[in-house]
Amino acid sequence: MSSFARSPSSAAARPIGDAGDFNSDIRLSVEQVSYAYSANPTQAPLFTLEATSFQARPGEIVAIVGPNACGKSTLLKLIAGSLEPLSGRVLLNGFVTHALPHRTRGQRIAMVQQESPLLFPSRAWEFVLQGRHPYGRTLRFETEEDIVIARNALAQVGAEHLSDRFMDQISGGEKQRVILARALAQQPLLLLLDEPTLHLDIGAQVDLLETLRRLASANRYTVVVVTHELNLAGQYADQVALFQKGKCLRVGPPAAVFRRELLEQVFQTPLTVELGSSGRPRVNMPSAK
Amino acid sequence: MRPLTLSRLLAHCAILSAVLFVVVVIALKLGAVPVSLYGLGHDLLRVLFRQTSQLSSEYQLIIFDIRLPRILLGIFVGASLSVAGASFQALLRNPLADPYVLGVSSGAAVGAIIALVIEPHLALAPAVAALLTPIGAFLGAALTVTAVYFLGLRQGQIDSSTLLLAGIISASFLQAIIMFFMSTLSGGNYRGIAFWMMGELQTQPPHIVSLILRFGFFLSAAAIYTTASDLNLLLAGEKEAMHLGVDVRRVRLVVYIAASLLTGLAVSVSGAIGYVGLLVPHVMRLLFGSDHRILLPTAAFGGAIAVVVADTLARTVVSPSELPVGAMTAIAGAPLFLYLMRRRLA
Repeated sequence: MSSFARSPSSAAARPIGDAGDFNSDIRLSVEQVSYAYSANPTQAPLFTLEATSFQARPGEIVAIVGPNACGKSTLLKLIAGSLEPLSGRVLLNGFVTHALPHRTRGQRIAMVQQESPLLFPSRAWEFVLQGRHPYGRTLRFETEEDIVIARNALAQVGAEHLSDRFMDQISGGEKQRVILARALAQQPLLLLLDEPTLHLDIGAQVDLLETLRRLASANRYTVVVVTHELNLAGQYADQVALFQKGKCLRVGPPAAVFRRELLEQVFQTPLTVELGSSGRPRVNMPSAK
Repeated sequence: MRPLTLSRLLAHCAILSAVLFVVVVIALKLGAVPVSLYGLGHDLLRVLFRQTSQLSSEYQLIIFDIRLPRILLGIFVGASLSVAGASFQALLRNPLADPYVLGVSSGAAVGAIIALVIEPHLALAPAVAALLTPIGAFLGAALTVTAVYFLGLRQGQIDSSTLLLAGIISASFLQAIIMFFMSTLSGGNYRGIAFWMMGELQTQPPHIVSLILRFGFFLSAAAIYTTASDLNLLLAGEKEAMHLGVDVRRVRLVVYIAASLLTGLAVSVSGAIGYVGLLVPHVMRLLFGSDHRILLPTAAFGGAIAVVVADTLARTVVSPSELPVGAMTAIAGAPLFLYLMRRRLA
């Protein structure tokens, strides 16, 4: 990913509105957020998310981990503002995310979701330019500025060479990079990713997390990533939130959250945790008998 | 990177309007009564310079009172159906969506027939009475598309095969109702089964209805066009679009109402012409790409061209008799539908 070095600090690729935010330390503040889902109002909720709180600064990566159906993705939607919390609130630079107008939300929060198939084939550059949508007026054609920003976004994820390829003709890892580039083209303050490493091989996974790490520091994004990969979370995240059955068990630096007893209890399997030289934890399965 | 620019959009529209012009001239020439191209050009110039008194009366009748109005009708019907089809495809995320396949055209037909039936009992002023059919057709179209949408949901998500089945079944149900009306309403001045089932452009609507059709087309098409870039994002799914700042609910409302209006207006003057809304947007996508900012206007031109061509064929291939124009569009459209369906299943 040598291409990354070319334009990490170009003005066009910086999130807007960032200049005034360096003083206030906290960018994302999740305050006692809870949620309940039931098929209809008279029934007991099928799923609940208990009150959850954490905070994140610009440039920080927060990883949300836990077993399947523990509420990780729901929390991400609550943070994104596409779901309204039952109680509590999510603040982004002091604004409630759910109450932001659609367009403003699109300018501040970018979401990378598990990919959905495209109805009609589009080229990678067309896809990335979609990230400029929240900045355009109804019928506006893309400006030079939009094109520069989209190009930069592709460069930042090392995918310029994919620009003219069709989205359905590139590999999973390449596609994930283009999707990330679209999120960067939104010039967000907050970057949310829902299992971005799913279906990627280990090389592509590490590549993606390295990219995220660099982008978070270079562009001062606050990144929240839902993932199943404990070791990637342990390696790259500044904070980890561990969930089980809709309950946030612990939030903190990876070394504080990845404790053997806790992980074994949450994942219901024997595990070992060792601290690397960098002070980051590694989670291993003991070898089978 | 080659993003869409205004000049490229206008250039493509200019090409298509030139094609449309050529098609219109040929359509004016062809027919049971032969007309020479030279005479036609001469007369068109005379009309342009407002020397209509110099036209031979026989010519004037055939060219300007029969063929030209019919062609104009075809242009607006074709453009309406095609734009409606392109919008339904994006909104329902289904490349096989089309007002006819989804039963929306048949719903509009039922609405129009009901309006025709109750109209004599209401004792309205003639101008208001003329509005009743298009309104009935619009309501029929809007109700059908709403019903089909909800029938096509599976666990809260639109499911494309369920949606198509719901549409096709609704269409045949509504067609049975049309049959029922047609057989009980024998006599009177109701139009025939062929009109409501297949569509034809033989009969001119009252002048006021033509005006409403044109005005309604421009209004609805403009409304849909304001959502063009939102529709591009909706292709990737409603959730994705929402995260990119699209007000999905507003877009859905605008496009459903406007596309139902387009379908209703077209059906109230020409019956249920099928497959235009399916075939034309796909051809335009192949030619110009799937960006709705260029797809919607080119689909409008394409729809106009397609229906004028189909109608010219319909009135010449078995001349001096005539086929319904819907038969021509179905001959071209149904195989394409099957091809797209097979490719999608593969």
